[in-house]
Amino acid sequence: MELKRTVKFEADRDPEFARWVSQTVGGERIRHCLQCGLCSGKCPLSLYMDYTPRRLMHLSREGFKEEVLGSTSIWLCTACYACMVECPKKINVTHLLYALKERAIEEGRYPRRFAIPIMARQFSRMVRGRGRITESWLVVQVFMRTAIWRLLGMSRLGLKLLRTGRMPLRMETIQRRAEIATLLDSVATTRKELAL
Amino acid sequence: MKYAYYPGCSLRGTGRAYEESLLAVFRALEIDIEEVDDWNCCGATTYMSVDELMSYALAARNLALAERNHVDLIAPCAACYLVLNKTQHYMREYPSIQLVVTRALDAIGLRYRDLVKVRHPLDVLLNDVGVATIAARVKVPLKGLKVAPYYGCQIVRPYATFDDQREPTSMDQLLEACGAKTVRYPLKTRCCGGSQKGTLPEVGLDLIHYLLMEAQRNGAEVISTVCPLCQFNLESFQKEAGDRHHPTSVPVLYFSQLLALALGAAPDEIGLQRGFVPIEPVLAGREIAYA
Repeated sequence: MELKRTVKFEADRDPEFARWVSQTVGGERIRHCLQCGLCSGKCPLSLYMDYTPRRLMHLSREGFKEEVLGSTSIWLCTACYACMVECPKKINVTHLLYALKERAIEEGRYPRRFAIPIMARQFSRMVRGRGRITESWLVVQVFMRTAIWRLLGMSRLGLKLLRTGRMPLRMETIQRRAEIATLLDSVATTRKELAL
Repeated sequence: MKYAYYPGCSLRGTGRAYEESLLAVFRALEIDIEEVDDWNCCGATTYMSVDELMSYALAARNLALAERNHVDLIAPCAACYLVLNKTQHYMREYPSIQLVVTRALDAIGLRYRDLVKVRHPLDVLLNDVGVATIAARVKVPLKGLKVAPYYGCQIVRPYATFDDQREPTSMDQLLEACGAKTVRYPLKTRCCGGSQKGTLPEVGLDLIHYLLMEAQRNGAEVISTVCPLCQFNLESFQKEAGDRHHPTSVPVLYFSQLLALALGAAPDEIGLQRGFVPIEPVLAGREIAYA
């Protein structure tokens, strides 16, 4: 029998993480959270989460970094904004979830071959290289890197899409594709300069 | 009045029928549009979780390109509509974001002066054209076709000002102007799971199923959508969701397909042949020719 302490101690907190949370775009109003739970009530995914949005708000502002970044909630959020619309304190819950996801991806806190961060990376690569997304190619690239066997299961859908003309085989590309790399590189440079 | 038009990537792929039917509606109502020159991906919901600042710069390139010729920019895809709006809001609220984006645009010889108004076709049709004008142009009334109006998340939340965020009615009004009957659909703004079907399939299928079941239970003959991803999810995975729960058979069309039909467009020019769930039973006996 493995016994674990279920109550969190103040010493488990990471004040640096709490500070980071309150400075993210979305987290700046988190101190105002009343813990009313409207976000959790409205969230269509909360019933699958280990920490519902209300609990996640509290854990983040207190700096429980391990719990927050290890939580399934980060990956379940679909950014539907139901929480944000309901929040009586106008906290940008969805935007904070984005920031947490970005941080979790940055720190590599996800299972191997986990589709969400892999899709995010492939998506950004395709945008950088071509300026646009060709959905079919993106899906193929993601499954090649996550669960190749599922591609077989999807071949019927693929054929249906092909037949109905909804799956272009040619990749969409913008004309001035070099502009995208220049644009994104400039963001990186300015960010470094201003230490954002 | 002329509008800039930003189709977005999905309307060139799985959502082709959305663009085809929307352009047919614009033609029928003499709405003049011009596609944004060399537009790029808006970043959607995905880029945001890789690099937020870069995603604003991506969106802003489109805003700057649109601004050169027009003030009003039509963005039919829910994700594009949200991202373009969000970028505007954040550039206004955060000087640091504004600075980073302005410099990035400068690097590719563009300038954005914050003049663009991002508009959804629902907004344009309802507020610029008007229900009365549309009703007067109807050639083939939808004759009481029972429709579940499904808005999904990102059109009305969190930035849209043209409709109510909890109980939107803009699509209801447009469909009813064409003779359709909208059924009660309390889940009209609930999320379809987005890309969850691809990443966490069990969860995605659950969400898809609730929406289909609710529509069927309330007597809908067809679900009307405003988002390429919602349309794709509800239609392509209907069988799979049905196998997991209870089977449903509800065709899922874009609102613009229904509008275009009523305005007299031919079924094959508005992508009706691109659907997976048979719509013949729905259109039978409605004087709508469909081969």
